[in-house]
Amino acid sequence: MIDLDLELHQGAFTLEIRHQLAGRVTALFGPSGAGKTTVLDVIAGLRGVSRGSIAVNGRVLVDSSRGISVPPHRRHVGYVPQDVALFPHLSVRRNILYGRRHGQVLSIDVVATMLEVLPLLDRGVSSLSGGERQRVALARALMSSPDVLLLDEPLAAVDVELRHRILPYLEKVRDELRVPIVYVSHDRDEVRRIADHAVLLAGGRVVRAGSPMVVL
Amino acid sequence: MMDVWRITLFTVATAGLATLLMLVPGLWLAWLLARRRFPGRVLVETFVSLPLVLPPVATGLLLLMLVSPQGPVGRVLAAVGIEVVFTWRAVVLAMTVMGLPLFVRAARAGFEQVDRRFEAGAATLGAAPLRVFLTITLPLARPAVLAAAVLGFARALGEFGATIMIAGSIPGATRTLAVAIYSFAETGRDREAAVLLGVSAVIAFTALWISNVLTARAGLRT
Repeated sequence: MIDLDLELHQGAFTLEIRHQLAGRVTALFGPSGAGKTTVLDVIAGLRGVSRGSIAVNGRVLVDSSRGISVPPHRRHVGYVPQDVALFPHLSVRRNILYGRRHGQVLSIDVVATMLEVLPLLDRGVSSLSGGERQRVALARALMSSPDVLLLDEPLAAVDVELRHRILPYLEKVRDELRVPIVYVSHDRDEVRRIADHAVLLAGGRVVRAGSPMVVL
Repeated sequence: MMDVWRITLFTVATAGLATLLMLVPGLWLAWLLARRRFPGRVLVETFVSLPLVLPPVATGLLLLMLVSPQGPVGRVLAAVGIEVVFTWRAVVLAMTVMGLPLFVRAARAGFEQVDRRFEAGAATLGAAPLRVFLTITLPLARPAVLAAAVLGFARALGEFGATIMIAGSIPGATRTLAVAIYSFAETGRDREAAVLLGVSAVIAFTALWISNVLTARAGLRT
């Protein structure tokens, strides 16, 4: 569960959100420029806020009134940006292991098996297809045992056929690992299929929120 | 001929040591200028580049004032028994100070080429800033950093003005290639001067060639 109460001014754009992302999978939905990616950046700590607070499962990450802003590397947030940004100089295996935390229970075998990237482990990342890159990025984020998983349009860069093959992996992550997911998308069908809570954003504000069937 | 070997070896060794000494402050400054916005940034940038535009002899004089036994730094060093002026340490100091600006400029350009998304991604995966630098930024900028080191090394090899001010030209103690060429030519030992010229040319050519290969490789990768 993520509690957001924040304001961010950036040139002419203003993001102003006071909302609880309560779903197991919360979809941020809306036209481009609505501020969806900005919300993820702010939760991950890659962008500061002008004012406000952020808490994940009750753990305060940002509270401007108390001068708190946890640096990104201590937030325990798994972020898969839209371009996935796999480290080009590391193998698939070393990419996935990069964020492994000490003493965690999840092993690379479990994650790699679940996402079917086991045969890719010893390859370089430049030879991967779009769908493979998405799965490796997802595995890498999961291996850091995040408290929340942020996915920015994980299916936007892949074609329709591949989309239907990757969605089941996301459902597996949702059902087997019980990591709350915040999912940015502008595809209604995708949101209805995977999310149990949807937030419709426009112009940096929440327009509607609730069950995906009702909101969309 | 023994002299030529000794001078060459001494110069390469001191320049190599100077290059090693450039690494830590040089990488830190290059990263700071490439990645951080802070008040006084332009001042730091200007200060780092100063030895590039100041006459080397003037830089040498400044160093002399600092590290002479009466100077603020020299006094402290003298108290612990370290002599700098007119020793090999002065040679290394002059080379380091004169090479640093070139190293910083080239390394900084390399860091600026590294896509910030990779650094941001590493941070969200739990990597602290130093780890991000060592495992992401530095490896991705490696060709540029190597080219920067070669450039700094080449500048150190040819250092003359600051060296003559704080180290002089003492045969067997502080005499580098550049200083020896000047001393030999001045005292009419033209043959030795010419041999050293040849040696300098070979080293300089090799260093530049390596630097260009590395830069070209860096360009190909992106």
